[in-house]
Amino acid sequence: MSLDITPTLTATEEARRQVEICNACRYCEGYCAVFPAAFAERSFSDGDITQLASLCHNCRGCYYACQYTEPHEFALNLPAALAEVRVESWARFAWPGAFARLFQTHGVALAAALVLGTALIFAAIRLLGTGAGDGFYAYLSHSAMVAIFAPAFLFPLLALAMGVRRYWHEVGGTAVTLADLRAALIDAGRMRNLSGGAAEGCNYEKGDRYSVARKHAHHAVVWGFLLCFASTSSGTILHYVLDMPAPYPFFSLPKLLGVPGGILLTLGAAGLAMLKLRADPALGAVAAWGGEMAFVILLGLTGLTGLALYAATGTGLVAPLLALHLGTVLAFFVTLPYSKMAHATYRLAALTRDAQLKRRAG
Amino acid sequence: MTRVDAITWDVVVVGGGNAALCAAIEAAETGARVVMLEAAPKPYRGGNSRHTRNFRCMHRGPLSVLTGSYEEEEYFDDLIRVTKGKTDEYLARMTIRDSETCLPWMERHGVAFQPSLSGTLSLSRTNAFFLGGGKALVNAYYNTAEDLGVTVLYEAEVRHVTVAEGRFQGLDARIGGKDLRIEGRALVLASGGFQADIDWLADAWGPAARNFLIRGTPYNRGVVLRDMLDQGADSVGDPTQCHAVAIDGRSPKYDGGIVTRLDCVPFSVVVNQNGDRFYDEGEDVWPKRYAIWGRLVAAQPEQVAYSIIDAKSLNLFMPSVFPPETADTIEGLAQKLGLPGNKLRETIDAFNAACRSGDFHPTELDGLATEGLTPPKTNWARPITEPPFYGYSLRPGVTFTYLGLKVDRTARVSAHGARLHNIWAAGEIMAGSILGEGYLAGFGMTIGTVFGRIAGQEAAAHVA
Ligand SMILES: Cc1cc2nc3c(=O)[nH]c(=O)nc-3n(C[C@H](O)[C@H](O)[C@H](O)COP(=O)(O)OP(=O)(O)OC[C@H]3O[C@@H](n4cnc5c(N)ncnc54)[C@H](O)[C@@H]3O)c2cc1C
Ligand code: SF4
Ligand code: SF4
Repeated sequence: MSLDITPTLTATEEARRQVEICNACRYCEGYCAVFPAAFAERSFSDGDITQLASLCHNCRGCYYACQYTEPHEFALNLPAALAEVRVESWARFAWPGAFARLFQTHGVALAAALVLGTALIFAAIRLLGTGAGDGFYAYLSHSAMVAIFAPAFLFPLLALAMGVRRYWHEVGGTAVTLADLRAALIDAGRMRNLSGGAAEGCNYEKGDRYSVARKHAHHAVVWGFLLCFASTSSGTILHYVLDMPAPYPFFSLPKLLGVPGGILLTLGAAGLAMLKLRADPALGAVAAWGGEMAFVILLGLTGLTGLALYAATGTGLVAPLLALHLGTVLAFFVTLPYSKMAHATYRLAALTRDAQLKRRAG
Repeated sequence: MTRVDAITWDVVVVGGGNAALCAAIEAAETGARVVMLEAAPKPYRGGNSRHTRNFRCMHRGPLSVLTGSYEEEEYFDDLIRVTKGKTDEYLARMTIRDSETCLPWMERHGVAFQPSLSGTLSLSRTNAFFLGGGKALVNAYYNTAEDLGVTVLYEAEVRHVTVAEGRFQGLDARIGGKDLRIEGRALVLASGGFQADIDWLADAWGPAARNFLIRGTPYNRGVVLRDMLDQGADSVGDPTQCHAVAIDGRSPKYDGGIVTRLDCVPFSVVVNQNGDRFYDEGEDVWPKRYAIWGRLVAAQPEQVAYSIIDAKSLNLFMPSVFPPETADTIEGLAQKLGLPGNKLRETIDAFNAACRSGDFHPTELDGLATEGLTPPKTNWARPITEPPFYGYSLRPGVTFTYLGLKVDRTARVSAHGARLHNIWAAGEIMAGSILGEGYLAGFGMTIGTVFGRIAGQEAAAHVA
């Protein structure tokens, strides 16, 4: 027996090893954008691997189809290999770097952010509450809310923009055209890659059987989130442009958008959490499981507490629920650039880059 | 669960690949009580079928993912060309015609096909590609079988089939480490060929076969085939023949599958261990010559050969799973490959000197041939001069064996010229009835699907 010790490969090296085997095999070509993108290359730089990893959404179709998974000596597990690269790359791109791995892999940190956020809002209600306004503003003045949330909202945008800039540099992206963006948005909007190629759905939670549950739950979360966002925006417009401050009746834009949005977000997140419990953790980034789960729960909580707050209108529960809801939203936004939520921006960047490369290849 | 050996099963299916699954599904759909015995453990279920990629399908017009049309005559001509006429025309034409109805049947039973994507799939007219390949197909069938109530036993190797008075009575199997007797009213044999039994290959090919690599499953050892032949079952096919292609010499002994293929030969100079060329590397476009090279390499000392290219050819063929050996000089490369350096230098120099100028077209026969060289290289002959130089080792990789059970058009097995009452066979174990020689891409899965379905239907009808 030799005493050679195989050096442990880094996540990128391991993914490169696996992608090179795929490139000689090519059976999974029809599953998602990862394979055609890989098959267009002969060798893979670190940036290429980052780009491929960001195109993968961990549907696991290729894992169950692969004739080279363990115990075969080639030991392929492409979904896990790419997930590890993604987690590492998001940590590398995160700005400021100090927060890099905190929320992505640590559910506890995320929970702490939630508690802290809530406590902060409680304190704010205590210290800044005016009692002069109507509705929620009776508990916390509008200007106090703006003072807290405007930076909490703008800072993540800046942080994400910095992250994407780093991503773009690493994968060698060139000037973005409208056509690239359009292609990326269409892919993302339809979640084309989540539909599992010619078969319906993906192989996330039912082993080698296909299922559309993850696609539907994910859709619910995305649309729920966007509706909630639109609800808040419409409220802002009503407030500033039309001079119609909250509270709003049920038949008003903020409520008509916000209530279904909150329901979709809550149900979608609950669905994703359940699917995550059923799926094999070994086919994802094992260390990030807890952080991802905590994030999904936080996402669901923003919807749920929002709905609960609305339902509690006029009762004594408004004050504590308001603190909880605003605290959740605060935690969500502050951790956004370092939580699983960041994947949305990197995925969009990856799809844009993919569109560029396809266009270049003609 | 009731003990499997306490039940008299309606249909017992031996094997766990495509043919076995098709038979089990057809039988179970009639309501028959079906048990499947798969020698492999669950992660390796599916035999060679898990390594496949596509099946060849007749169609009169666009059908699902297939473009254009591919009709019986053209399909049959393609078969005649590769088998050089060694086929049972009746069974062959029947298989070809039935393939058309197989595709929708496969889709109904969970198999997803890959829409033809631009570029890489040049066979999108004749062959339908499974989304994710053969393992995805096998998974879909196992799920369908499970939904239909088929009992599947893994690590269940059948050792002996009891045939008395032309009738299957039961069989002995080692299941999960225990010897059990399984009884049933009808039997479908779908346990593949014998290519994983190296001793058997060596009997047929001589000791050289011990250096062969087996591209597919280590579980196809022909145990049931031999048992049936020993009991007088009628056979077809040539026991001394197997289909072998030239694959990467560094591949695993078993189960290397598709990634071990090497497509570099047409652009290379191929030498044996002594540094000598031995055949025209440019005889024909690759896939066609793939099988020829299996034999050629098998005939060389130690059953090994080396394919040498230079920098300008590296990107002309499919990426290989193992990176090539590389060096800046021919002598350096020879050293890395374990070849005599001076000799390789001489061979390459002689080859280079015999090359002449002309237009090089990598994708078609370009007639760019050597002059005054034996053996000649009749196409794509460009001097090997541009460093770095690359080298791959080649070994024969066995795909399947031809010897099998003779069946009739109802997939029924016979012994001493008389049909057995309740034994059917499907897939590679009877493919020699149709494919006596050569290989037609995608035809193995066609035979297995057509005959698996027939065997399942017939066996179920027998017990109904
Ligand atoms: C690398 C590779 C690629 C290929 N690609 C293609 C392709 O793209 N298209 C195509 O048409 N053909 C292809 N072929 C050929 C194809 O694999 C076979 O023709 C086909 O799989 C045969 O199916 P089968 O069900 O008869 O046998 P298999 O799929 O080999 O199944 C035999 C089964 O029997 C089991 N078994 C064996 N002995 C016993 C026993 N004693 N007891 C119980 N169980 C037993 C085995 O474990 C196995 O599950 C390829 C072959 C290889 C090796
Ligand atoms: S995941 Fe496995 S089957 Fe799919 S392309 Fe890669 S090596 Fe081939
Ligand atoms: S897990 Fe899904 S998305 Fe990721 S590479 Fe495999 S098939 Fe593509």
